[in-house]
This record gives sequence, C-alpha cells and structure tokens, in this order.
Amino acid sequence: MTVADLLAILPQTILEGLLLGFVYAMVALGYTMVYGVLGLINFAHSEVFMIGAVIGLEVFRFWGNPEAPVIPNPFLLLLVALVFAAVGSGTMAVLVERFAYRPLRKRGSKNILVPMITAIGVSFLLQDLTRIYAALRHNEFNMQYRTYDALNTTLLLPFETTIQVKGILIIVVSLLMLFALTYLVNRTKLGKAIRAVSQDMQTASLMGINPDVIISRTFLVGGSLGGVAGVLFGLLYTNVTPYSGVLPGLKAFTSAVLGGIGNIPGATVGGLILGQLETLSGTYLPFLTNGNFGTEYKDVFAFLTLVLLLLFRPQGIFGQNVSEKV
Amino acid sequence: MKKLAILALGALALGVASAQSNVIKIASVSPLSGPQSALGTAIAQGAQMAIEDAQARFQQLGFQLQFAPQDDQATPDVGVAVARRIVNDPDLLAIVGHLNSGVAIAASEIYKDTNLAMVSPANTNPRVTDRGYLNVNRICGRDDVQGPVGAEYAVRVLRKQRLFVIHDKTPYGQGLAEAFAARARELGAQVVALVGTEEASNFQPLILQMRAQRPDLVYYGGIYDKGGVLVKQMRERGITATFMGGDGLDASDLVKIAGSAAKGVLFTTTAGPISTLPKAAEFARRYKAKFGKDPEAYAVYAYDAANVALAGIEAAIKANNGRKPTREQVARAIREVKLDGLTGRIEFDSKGDRKLSDYYVVGMKEAKYPGEVLRVIQFAPPAARQ
Repeated sequence: MTVADLLAILPQTILEGLLLGFVYAMVALGYTMVYGVLGLINFAHSEVFMIGAVIGLEVFRFWGNPEAPVIPNPFLLLLVALVFAAVGSGTMAVLVERFAYRPLRKRGSKNILVPMITAIGVSFLLQDLTRIYAALRHNEFNMQYRTYDALNTTLLLPFETTIQVKGILIIVVSLLMLFALTYLVNRTKLGKAIRAVSQDMQTASLMGINPDVIISRTFLVGGSLGGVAGVLFGLLYTNVTPYSGVLPGLKAFTSAVLGGIGNIPGATVGGLILGQLETLSGTYLPFLTNGNFGTEYKDVFAFLTLVLLLLFRPQGIFGQNVSEKV
Repeated sequence: MKKLAILALGALALGVASAQSNVIKIASVSPLSGPQSALGTAIAQGAQMAIEDAQARFQQLGFQLQFAPQDDQATPDVGVAVARRIVNDPDLLAIVGHLNSGVAIAASEIYKDTNLAMVSPANTNPRVTDRGYLNVNRICGRDDVQGPVGAEYAVRVLRKQRLFVIHDKTPYGQGLAEAFAARARELGAQVVALVGTEEASNFQPLILQMRAQRPDLVYYGGIYDKGGVLVKQMRERGITATFMGGDGLDASDLVKIAGSAAKGVLFTTTAGPISTLPKAAEFARRYKAKFGKDPEAYAVYAYDAANVALAGIEAAIKANNGRKPTREQVARAIREVKLDGLTGRIEFDSKGDRKLSDYYVVGMKEAKYPGEVLRVIQFAPPAARQ
C-alpha cells in the first residue's frame, strides 16, 4: 500500500461518507425538532425511521414486481415509495406522540425521565410489531429492497470515483428535503409557531397557539423526514430488518447532539460530520495503524472524536447555552 | 377398545408418575426467531423428525418420548438463560444444538454441571470439543479443518493470490477466518487484510479498502445474513473478486438476500447438500411432506444428531436394566454410540469429535440454492491438545 493508493480512494470515501451523512442528517432532524419543542429525546424515532424503510420496501414489492410491474418506471416507483414512507412514518410519529407522550404531559409529569423511558418502551414495541409483521407477511427477518438496473447504473466521476444513479438521487432528495424544511421553519406560519412553542410553550399558548397541535405537527414533520431517510437507507444498503433503526438512530441522535440539540442546521452539519468520520475511519484505520486497529474500530474512533469535540464545545457546534431547558 | 387402552395407559402413567416419571425429553436449542432462524428452524425440524420416528420404539421400552424445541435467538446470553431453565427439568436427557458456536460454548458450560449430553449438528469452532467435556459431542466438522480446506481450494485450485479476509467477530466466524488465513499464508498467498466487523448493513468502508487492495478473493467467516448483504454491496460497487465463505453461507436464504450476487459464491461446508447423501433422499421426501419445504443441509445433521442422542439413551436404558438412566449414564453411552447415519458413519473420538468428517466445497453456479459440490474431502480431527 503506497500513499498514492490510499489517496486514490479518498474521493470515493468522501462520497460514501456524504451519502451516509445525509441519511444521518435527515434522521437527526427528527430528534432535534422534537427536542426543540418538548425537551424530550424521542428514542422511538429510530423505529419511525425503520418503519419508513419497511413501507418503502413494500411499495417496491407490491408495485415494482419486475415480471408484472404496476409502476414500470423505477424513478416514479421511488417517488411513490418516498411519499408513502413520509406519510406512513409521519403518521406513526404523530400516533406515538398522541398515545404515549401526550397523556404523560397532560398529567403534568415534571420528571424528564418518565417520557424518556416511555420512548424506549415504544421503541421496543415498534421493533417487535414490525418483527411480527415481517414474520407473518413474508416469513422473513431480513427484508431485501428490489434492485433496478436504472437505479444501479454506475456513472464515472473525475478522480476514478464512481457513483450510482441511486446515490445521486439520495443527494438530490436529501437536499430538497433540507431546503423544504428550512423554508417551512423560517418562512411559514407553522414554522413560526413551532419556533414559538420551542422557545416558550406557555407564552406561545397565550398568543393563540395551540401547543398540542403544534407539537403534533412537529412530530409529523420529523417523522416524515425519518421515513424518507428510511427509504434512502434501504435503497443504499438494500437490507432492512426490524432492528435496522437502532444503530443509525443512535448515530443520528449523536449527530443532533454534535450539531447542538434543538438546532436545525446543527443537526444537518452534525450528520454530515459523523458520516465522514465513520466512513473515513472505517476505511483508513487499518492502513494507518498497520492493521492493528481494523474497520471494527470505526465507531470507537468516530465517537472518541465526538467526545473530544464535545469536551471543548459541550453545547454542540451550533448550540447555544440554554440552561433553562434542563 | 381404544378407550380402554387409553384408560389403561392413563392408569399406568399415573402409577409410574407417582414413583418416577416415565417421560424422556429431548430438547433442540437453536435460533427459531431472528435473522438466522432459517438455519435454526431446520435444526429443530430435523430433530423433531428423528424423535417422532423413535416414539414407538421408546413406547415399547416403557417410556414416553417428548420433543421440546427451544429458541436461543443466536445470542450467547439467551442461550445460557435457556440452558439454565431447561437443565432443571429432570426428564430432559439430551440436547440437540446449537447453531452458533459462541452460543454452544457458553450454554454447554451450564449443561456440563449436570452432565446433560449435547450432540451438536452444526458447531464447528474447535473449542466446542477441545475443552474435553464428557457431555459435548458434535457430528459436524471443525473450523480448524474447514478453514484450511477452503484455503487449499482457494490457493491451490483457484490460484488466488491476494486474499481479503473478513469475519463477524463471533467465535465461529473469527475462528474460521483465522484458520483460513493461516493456511493460505502457509501456501504462499498474500492475506491483504484480516478484519472483523459487526456491521449488518453498511459495508462501504470494507468495500473501499477492497478498491485500494484489489484482492482476487474475498473470504467471509460468518453467517449468510451479513455475508449475503456484503457480497451484494460488493457486486453493486463493482468489486469482482471471488466471494468465498464457510458453512455459515450454506442456507437458501443466502440467495434471497444476495439475489443475483449469489452467483459464483463458493463455500465450504461440513454438511453436504442432500443430493450428495444417497441415504437422505427418503428423509428429504418425508421432510417436505411434513413441513412443506425442502430440508436445508443442517436438517439432515440435526436428524442424525438426534438419532445419536436417542441411540445413547436407549443403550443407557438397557445398561440400567430398563429403568430411566441418569444424565451421566446417558452422556457416557452417547460417547460410545456407533451409528450409520444419513451423513455416513458416526463414531466419536475421546473428546467428542467425529472420527471422520466430510468437508465439501460448494459453488453456486447460478443464483440458486443448493449449489454444486465441487470437491469432497474426508478429514480426521486434529489430535486433542491440552
């Protein structure tokens, strides 16, 4: 292995990290928005993400059967999958809020741990419900995304880098969703209300905003982003299991903290950074350490970097010191 | 008449139950849920067939034979919890299982306390038998032979020179991959990487390393649920190196997961495809009639393993003058069993390895399971090491 060999794969590594980073970023937004309005870490969000991946998979299965496709165009099929996953995951997130978190809030539970433990419980529940569904519906645990030549066509970029059509789509969809979200939060009435509730729920309600409605909408938006991210994740890595959400969810949550939890641009940047850290360390660690630290240390290395970063900037990259939240 | 018989039987059962239970149970322990359930269910069903075949025989000896399938979820902690629960059942005299060596090694420590005999259809890690426990036996081969058999084929027959070796960090996968790498080095090939990963979905970092290293063969020590995803992603990203693995890839679900990428996959296995076992045809037919699907390779091995356990129990009953034997008597009797099974002659050496095991190299000519046997090699286990 010469240095030239290592540098030759660097552009490709950064590109793969970018794709992963966008997925993390979109999931991280769900965590950060809910935290913004409720101060709650919604651990069930990783399952909302996974359910999005499963919904997308079902769309591909039902309408994209290569022998008798209902929707013959893979691009159109992907669009339908994204819409269904966004609606399905968004609805799921709203239901979780309505039936698990709102009753606790109404009873005036002041302890932050109670909704958090509930969130963990909901997360297990959704995992196993999906497991039952997958077992009954397909008698399978590992569910596979269909692959289409049109989506898998490989394009050659400069520096001997290749990207598949689906990679381009992932970047495009992610960017569109991020812009749409920024617009929604900063330029619309709903966005204004979300920001108001996240700053001060009581005062906002005095101004004629119904916090319950706004919280519900926040879950809808965050859940939809998670669902879209789930489809992109499935498209990228092809294998989905009922537990597929756990690790990406944890990493997306970390991204949100890294960017400054509650901060929307922060979650995006955090996700992109974590995607790069993970892919770069996974690829280069064995070469740089002469094989002593293999790819299996990629998460150790990525999270170690995070610990260091947070030591110097505990509020995250974009976060402000908001002590009244705690 | 039938009613009378049942009444009489019931009275008999009651009478015996008050003194000593005449129930004998055999449990299978394997993953029945989760990502590896395809292999685990095959083990439970294979064992079930053997036990149902033997029920009439045991009835004549005065015992009611029962089957108790257990789910270890392919994780050591669940396996140990199941083991702790079932050892307390005094009627349980033998175990058929597990699927995963890591689970078997942990759980057999519990079985050992009461000398509860375990006959494994699938655990290939050397340490399973190298601990020298009286109660632990296996009818499959060993990774320290299976790995080298794979290496011989890859280097000598296929003439591969740059090998990229990956494992899943389980005792099974790592043991297999390391044995493969060691033998390949001895044969003069270059092992460009030996890495472990617990990743289940994103193999891109490894694939990027392959781009830099340009291996001509990628060896995966692990199970099909991850191996299938790995080979699929490799092919999508244009890595054309031959993909090879151990018996963990020997499952029809490999094709389901990897799709067209399964074409060309090679694996070594200690359980030959049913088609290579002349005596298994009848079994395969009955299995399909009962369970509605073709048996996976391990179903045959589980059938044989259960028959070994049953033969041991029968011998122990006879030695015990027709009374119910203790677990230790059963364990001793099982070690002495000599049997012509569907998978060939079964005899154990002093530490519970089969005296002669077959090792198969299988290639998937099309993306269709089972593949085609390319070579069969018979091997004795290495001598006991202390």
